[in-house]
Amino acid sequence: MGQITLEKVTKSFGDVEVIPPLDLTIEDGEFCVFVGPSGCGKSTLLRLIAGLEDISSGAIKIDGSDASDVPPAKRGLAMVFQSYALYPHMSVRKNIAFPMKMAGVSQDEQNRRIESAAKALNLTDYLERRPGQLSGGQRQRVAIGRAIVREPAAFLFDEPLSNLDAALRVGMRLEISELHERLKTTMIYVTHDQVEAMTMADKIVVLRAGNIEQVGSPLDLYKHPRNLFVAGFIGSPKMNLIEGEAAARHDAKTIGIRPEHIEVTEAGEWQGRVGVAEHLGSDTFLHVHDTGLTDILTVRSTGEMGLRHGDCVSLSPRHDQIHRFDASGLRMA
Amino acid sequence: MARAVSNQRKAINTAVAWIIALLIFFPILWTILTSFKTEAEAIADPPSFLFFNWTLDNYTTVQARSDYFGHFWNSVVISVGSTILGLIIAIPSAWAMAFVPGKQTKNVLMWMLSTKMLPPVGVLVPIYLIFRDVGLLDTRFGLVIVLMLINLPIIIWMLYSYFREIPGEILEAARMDGAGLRSEILYVLTPMAVPGIASTLLLNIILAWNEAFWTLTLTAANSAPLTAFIASYSSPEGLFYAKLSAASTMAIAPILIMGWFSQKQLVRGLTFGAVK
Ligand SMILES: Nc1ncnc2c1ncn2[C@@H]1O[C@H](COP(=O)(O)OP(=O)(O)OP(=O)(O)O)[C@@H](O)[C@H]1O
Ligand SMILES: [Mg+2]
Repeated sequence: MGQITLEKVTKSFGDVEVIPPLDLTIEDGEFCVFVGPSGCGKSTLLRLIAGLEDISSGAIKIDGSDASDVPPAKRGLAMVFQSYALYPHMSVRKNIAFPMKMAGVSQDEQNRRIESAAKALNLTDYLERRPGQLSGGQRQRVAIGRAIVREPAAFLFDEPLSNLDAALRVGMRLEISELHERLKTTMIYVTHDQVEAMTMADKIVVLRAGNIEQVGSPLDLYKHPRNLFVAGFIGSPKMNLIEGEAAARHDAKTIGIRPEHIEVTEAGEWQGRVGVAEHLGSDTFLHVHDTGLTDILTVRSTGEMGLRHGDCVSLSPRHDQIHRFDASGLRMA
Repeated sequence: MARAVSNQRKAINTAVAWIIALLIFFPILWTILTSFKTEAEAIADPPSFLFFNWTLDNYTTVQARSDYFGHFWNSVVISVGSTILGLIIAIPSAWAMAFVPGKQTKNVLMWMLSTKMLPPVGVLVPIYLIFRDVGLLDTRFGLVIVLMLINLPIIIWMLYSYFREIPGEILEAARMDGAGLRSEILYVLTPMAVPGIASTLLLNIILAWNEAFWTLTLTAANSAPLTAFIASYSSPEGLFYAKLSAASTMAIAPILIMGWFSQKQLVRGLTFGAVK
């Protein structure tokens, strides 16, 4: 079991309030991702749940019982750090065994769990090595191994993949998702990465300056961003936000249209000149200037477009995909 | 980080390093050489460097005239004792200051360092009087206390800077893994700090072994360590350069040998953190 509830949780460092009163429930078995710009309090929130920082007020409940004053060692949660935080003086085997040793698991049971974790994480050949003799990806797998053997109520991940190169990141992302499918344990995952958030999460929590801007499933946030901030934050490339006359025509202060919802057509509604064209093969990203709408309008077309710098294009937005926002930045129905 | 250094640069660096090392070592070398001369040769002008009549007379005289092993044992007890007592006090203090710093931690550290700027003679009279009143004059225990106190700021500073190098996340990981404070210190913190603790131990034994102000002023016959043994040969009545040198050589030999065998550990400890 691993349901985690935050009730009016606040956190201040000295006079600075980093987390204003915040309520959030993470259901048992859920994969919950915290995203938000740098410094918005994602790590702080995770560390509050872990117990590595004390909350200033409010309550944290794990499976319904108040854990606010329970030390981290007793909360039954496991954490995977961005820096891996392996014990450098212990072998991989000893690293993985450490939480079980602390919990007083019998030696036979320890060995059984180490073997099965090592097999699942492809670490069998490295069990006798020190962390210093492993690659970044292997170290991260050891950190995950150390977290799973103690069978925690929930896993906490703080940007676990950000030190890895792009290819490894994709591989590890899949491994963590598979792990979640297999274990069905609650996971809370902090990331900067759009793709990680969209692909892994059951539920995304978008934070800004310690406030929750929106909570929802990835598609929910993608289709119905509650405000301009979420609209601009979720999705890559970013949603185009257009003000002025074009917005007024939709009775809105601002309208938003995602790059993938603008088509290059023969005689479209909008005209412009191609600035940079990014050819990815599968897709083409066009950065269009001189539309009279915004500085740069981003357009995403599937397949290869034979368009180059300086070419004139004609564009049509898909009207059913236009998001409308009022003067305070909130979504209009 | 490895930068290509031309061979010429390397040769110059090596030569400069050797010259500096020889300059530093020369007084010790001269002392050792003098200890094998006769008293007349020791003060000969011009002095002879290697071509004199090598003799062991000074050593036999010194050995016959004073109790080398008694002083040696006092030195061991005082230097090792004060260092270990200092570590027992300093390890928890340095942990606290490195991992749970408070608002005043920096000030406390600076204050401790500032006590090292005071000339020891400034507190000689009060300490002497206190020692006289509580009966610690000329006792090994008294010296252990004094040397521990004067070296404590250095021990704490050294340990503090080693501990600061240990990433806090590793300790947090231990906490998340279910380790209480005791397990955290025992299984994670201490093993990681061993190089730092070892080099602090070695350096402080050396400092305490060589300390001459307090060991000379607070001791007479019973607890005098090797520093007092050397000093007893620098008498105003006559010139005993050769015997003084022999005594000095005998006094520094144990610590030189210890330093030689532990130099790897010492250097590693002293440059801890400088190389990632
Ligand atoms: N120990 C601390 N003392 C004072 N301020 C802190 C402390 N830890 C974090 N903060 C502040 O709290 C805010 C949130 O920090 P936090 O590390 O949670 O951000 P984050 O969302 O994880 O950012 P990033 O994405 O860059 O990791 C920041 O403004 C930071 O300066
Ligand atoms: Mg962070």
